[in-house]
Amino acid sequence: MESIGVLMMCPMSSYLENELQKRFNLLRFWTSPEKSVFLETHRNSIRAVVGNAFAGADAQLINDLPKLEIVSSFSVGLDKIDLGICKDKGIRVTNTPDVLTEDVADLAIGLIIALLRRLCECDRYVRSGKWKQGDFKLTTKFSGKSVGIIGLGRIGTAIAKRAEAFSCPINYYSRTVKPDVAYKYYPTVVDLAKNSDILVVACPLSDETRHIVNRQVMDALGPKGVLINIGRGPHVDEQELVKALTEGRLGGAALDVFEKEPHVPEELFGLENVVLLPHVGSGTVETRNAMADLVVGNLEAHFSGKSLLTPVV
Amino acid sequence: MAGASDTPLVLLHRPPSLDFMDEILSRNFRILNTDTSSEPLPIFLSRHASSARAFVVVGRFFVTAEILSYLPSLQLLVCGSVGFDHVDLAECKRRGVVVTNARNAFSDDVADCAVGLLISVLRRIPAGDRFIRSGDWEKYGEFRLGSKVSGKRVGILGFGSIGSFVAKRLEGFDCVISYNSRSEKPSVPYRYYSDILSLAANNDVLVLCCSLTEQTHHIVNREVMESLGKDGVIINVGRGKLIDEKEMVKCLVDGVIGGAGLDVFENEPAVPEELFGLENVVLSPHSGVATQGSLDNVAEITLANLKAFFSNRPLLSPVQLD
Repeated sequence: MESIGVLMMCPMSSYLENELQKRFNLLRFWTSPEKSVFLETHRNSIRAVVGNAFAGADAQLINDLPKLEIVSSFSVGLDKIDLGICKDKGIRVTNTPDVLTEDVADLAIGLIIALLRRLCECDRYVRSGKWKQGDFKLTTKFSGKSVGIIGLGRIGTAIAKRAEAFSCPINYYSRTVKPDVAYKYYPTVVDLAKNSDILVVACPLSDETRHIVNRQVMDALGPKGVLINIGRGPHVDEQELVKALTEGRLGGAALDVFEKEPHVPEELFGLENVVLLPHVGSGTVETRNAMADLVVGNLEAHFSGKSLLTPVV
Repeated sequence: MAGASDTPLVLLHRPPSLDFMDEILSRNFRILNTDTSSEPLPIFLSRHASSARAFVVVGRFFVTAEILSYLPSLQLLVCGSVGFDHVDLAECKRRGVVVTNARNAFSDDVADCAVGLLISVLRRIPAGDRFIRSGDWEKYGEFRLGSKVSGKRVGILGFGSIGSFVAKRLEGFDCVISYNSRSEKPSVPYRYYSDILSLAANNDVLVLCCSLTEQTHHIVNREVMESLGKDGVIINVGRGKLIDEKEMVKCLVDGVIGGAGLDVFENEPAVPEELFGLENVVLSPHSGVATQGSLDNVAEITLANLKAFFSNRPLLSPVQLD
């Protein structure tokens, strides 16, 4: 299989690079200064693309790779892949569901507590020596607060399970009611926001869910409500979010994702009712290795004619 | 303010920043507030507090034998805290003074804080926030990976209200829970380790939730930290003196243990400065209890204990004096 060209779109895991290199001809897209020349040169040997949340396979790339058979994403989100074209051309697509569910849910809860209890602010307070001048102020209790989850898939369900252990009543919005679920359903995101202290974005990014958290939703959440985004940056109208936070119309936000990573609006840097993380939802050694194993496993299965492990298309 | 002469006299001592109970206490009792005078405390107490049967203490004020000697009528000491290591219990017992604490008032908040610190250390939350605010994400891109929380083995030292609340929360993360306390609790479904060394050897994380006593002073020492190991994490929401702080600093700097989340320290508000440069440490200024919710709970149980005492009913949260 060493002659099979696998194009990796950006750095994502040195473990994954090593494992791919052992089995295939790994081509690192980010090392080439002239992308179009690079694609011209290798267009006939590239049979697989490995992408992630930052860079996947859009229509242009797919059209430039006539021998492309499979796109294996190092993520569960598929928003960077043109699924329609893949379906049309018979190109297989795989992702990494399940193995990262717990990490993302763990982080969502960690973000909620860090935000409400001001843990980052507390850490700064101690490190700067300010504690010697006086006690830190009161913060907001988490236990018992109502949590509203947008999207009750694997990740949303895992977040609900964890929040329940803090005695939080759980509300949710999704495209349809889930009949076997004991949580309270709201038919619109605005209703969900109105009736929840903490709003968590946990749905896939699609044309329908872009800017699903807009000004109206933020106003419904209000000056005592907080927003947690562990989905995708474009789920939230970022410009409106910055205004809502700086004007005090929204109580706070904890964000692991942004519209144009790694760029984060600088107006947020001075706010203490905000927690910012560099897209680390699945960012543990254990989980990234498990994701890498899935990517490699899917490619190996495909190129030896076996069933894919986690196919999407 | 209640003024009738048969309304009981209650002595109150609290720092100015913790005046959250002043109003509700004044509505129910005749309050003698040490705040009202600039006299040295012993003089104030001798002059005004000799008939006080109850004493409410909020904050870290040492109730010593000397202080008690100025309160000849004292029968009840109400602590606005869960910990009572600042009270001379032996002297209280000798004088027939009953002591109450705030029982579960803080348990939710302290447990939330413990879990928050645990996730923050393993997933590097404050470090990630700093990485972005300093502009490093745009410059360098790669942020070091953290360690998975779900499924970790967590050993809880002390299985009272706070320890059990921590366990309940961590079950939601499928953590494997075990504990050590003075004695095994048959109703507790988790594995019991009879000593802290084996608790440390068999866990990835240690969460300290026990009270500070002579037996638990520096219970987390070098040997325990070596047993916990280079990937092990300590979370302390109990008392600073549960840990040999000097040794802990060395163990963190030298990589003998993997990280720590600390809400309490041996000599607050002093914190060893060697910790300030460490990325695998999350520090908090003893704010595990600091939410309005907790304060409301403390006020409620304080009032309830006082009312029970003055109407000869059983106290809600008496502390064992031996």
